[in-house]
Amino acid sequence: MNPTLKALLITLALVVAGALIFPSSYYFRVGSLIWINTISVTGIVVLLGYVGLVSLGHAGFFAIGAYAVAVLPGYGVPSGAALFVGAAAAGLLAMVIGRPILRLSGYYLAIATLGLGMLIWMVLTKESWLTGGPDGMVVAGFNPRHWFALVGIKMKSTEAWYWLTGLVATIGVVLAVNLGNSPWGRALRAVHDSDVAASSLGVDVARAKVVAFAISAVYAAVAGSLLALANGYITPDTAGFMHSVEMVTMAVLGGATTVYGAIVGSLILTALPQVLTFVAEYEHIVLGGVMVATMVAMRRGLVPALGDLAHRLAMRGRSK
Amino acid sequence: MNRLEIENLGISFGGIKAVDSVSFSAAAGEVTSIIGPNGAGKTTLFNLISGVYAADTGHVRIEGADVTGEPPHRLARRGMARTFQNLQIFPQMTALDNVMTGCHLRETSNLLADLLGLPSSLRETAKSRGLALSALERVGLANLAARPASELSYGQLKRLEIARALVTGCSILLLDEPAAGCNAVETREVDDLIHAIADEGVCVVLIEHDMRMVMRISSHIVVLDQGSKIAEGKPEEIRDNERVIAAYLGAHGAAEARAAHA
Ligand SMILES: Nc1ncnc2c1ncn2[C@@H]1O[C@H](COP(=O)(O)OP(=O)(O)O)[C@@H](O)[C@H]1O
Ligand SMILES: [Mg+2]
Repeated sequence: MNPTLKALLITLALVVAGALIFPSSYYFRVGSLIWINTISVTGIVVLLGYVGLVSLGHAGFFAIGAYAVAVLPGYGVPSGAALFVGAAAAGLLAMVIGRPILRLSGYYLAIATLGLGMLIWMVLTKESWLTGGPDGMVVAGFNPRHWFALVGIKMKSTEAWYWLTGLVATIGVVLAVNLGNSPWGRALRAVHDSDVAASSLGVDVARAKVVAFAISAVYAAVAGSLLALANGYITPDTAGFMHSVEMVTMAVLGGATTVYGAIVGSLILTALPQVLTFVAEYEHIVLGGVMVATMVAMRRGLVPALGDLAHRLAMRGRSK
Repeated sequence: MNRLEIENLGISFGGIKAVDSVSFSAAAGEVTSIIGPNGAGKTTLFNLISGVYAADTGHVRIEGADVTGEPPHRLARRGMARTFQNLQIFPQMTALDNVMTGCHLRETSNLLADLLGLPSSLRETAKSRGLALSALERVGLANLAARPASELSYGQLKRLEIARALVTGCSILLLDEPAAGCNAVETREVDDLIHAIADEGVCVVLIEHDMRMVMRISSHIVVLDQGSKIAEGKPEEIRDNERVIAAYLGAHGAAEARAAHA
């Protein structure tokens, strides 16, 4: 099947399935978080899975998107437009910062991006006049329920948020799949596997890295805007180091080489802590244990590992 | 004016001259071979020519234009392509995608079209797929197109790299030991392939250890030893050159060879 159509159908099916089985608003709320994370983690897949670059600073771009929708409406910019401004700002910043720091690779790059995230966190914390400082700020009301009401669909706010984030995530996944199978996508994956060979074929490696960095920053910013709007509140912790680590963890656990890994990683690491609240004290032990066990048993992440398994079973079935 | 001109090219690593002021030129439609014992500096010379290393001394000219110091992707735009002695394939891609990546400079769709999956982007991909398939056909790997490159044998990967370089539409092709890891039949096929590529007007520069192959297909041979050019000429001139024999066999071996000749 055409990979674009496949991605569209699979992601949409998951969005619809969630809506059909969720029994309460609480579930729709967690579902929205899963799709918001899917968006930012899909950006990490483009950066880490396609090109092979590690960023520990993407929460900074996420926060740029979040604060854009928090701050700009105060200056008369509508929330929807503020989302696009935030995404553009994150993309531009990534291009400007990307030039010098993407010459690094491996853990040097990880540390440089970590510093970038910390800088953004610091600005958000210090510039209280604009951002409310460490206490964060209220995000002006925006409710997608009204959009759905316009086309005659009545639903609760939590449900409306679920559908909106699910649809944006679907678009994000489809775009990333398109990219992966396109001329640019092949260039990015070539840089991942051998930058020497890629450049010998005419790929401008530095440019390819900057482009991927900017695309992933835009994904993070869009996710940030949606979270801020859905929560109606935002603090500088969205730019925090742990959040950056969380994005990369979701991508790697699910399988960073494929967008489906982004979905699965976001699903598991967003839903599992909720499921585990009934074992409160042991939550972190179980969560940590699941992560360690998955990585030891399936180094490339869940989706690629299960794909290999299915492939092997199919081969065995055929040889019998 | 030759298509590729190398003048006094040199580089040192930690005080040791890996390539020491080497000059030669290579013409379109011919195979120019670089030979020499292991560690002579042949691969390093390729890395200098293709912009992977920045030269300490000397110049590289393509069609008379000084391209010294240009990065590899710019040289690719000028029509240079290469293969690697220590394979540089894309192991996570299929064989076909590996070769399609070689079409990068032909592809004209922009980033936005690629993200949105617009017809312009899909058309470019379809065109590249067609070119890549015929290149795979040409190197005898068409039946492996859909396989992950990591499943191919060493000899097959060598030919995969040739296909990937060919689809760039290069006018200068640098081949670093393309027949390594190939059996006698495959070597003969690679030999014919290189001949055909040169006949199409490409300027081929070849590093190869298989002397029968080198003598058979080269118009011109450059011999390196310890970073320096020690001889240059037509195959029959090189075959009988004392310094060349000495470099390969050592001084003692050369004396024996002379004695055997006499
Ligand atoms: N990046 C490098 N750093 C240090 N030494 C190098 C480097 N590249 C090549 N050399 C040295 O240059 C010499 C020539 O190597 P090479 O060009 O690979 O020889 P050949 O291809 O003729 O077998 C060797 O002594 C090798 O160790
Ligand atoms: Mg070599």
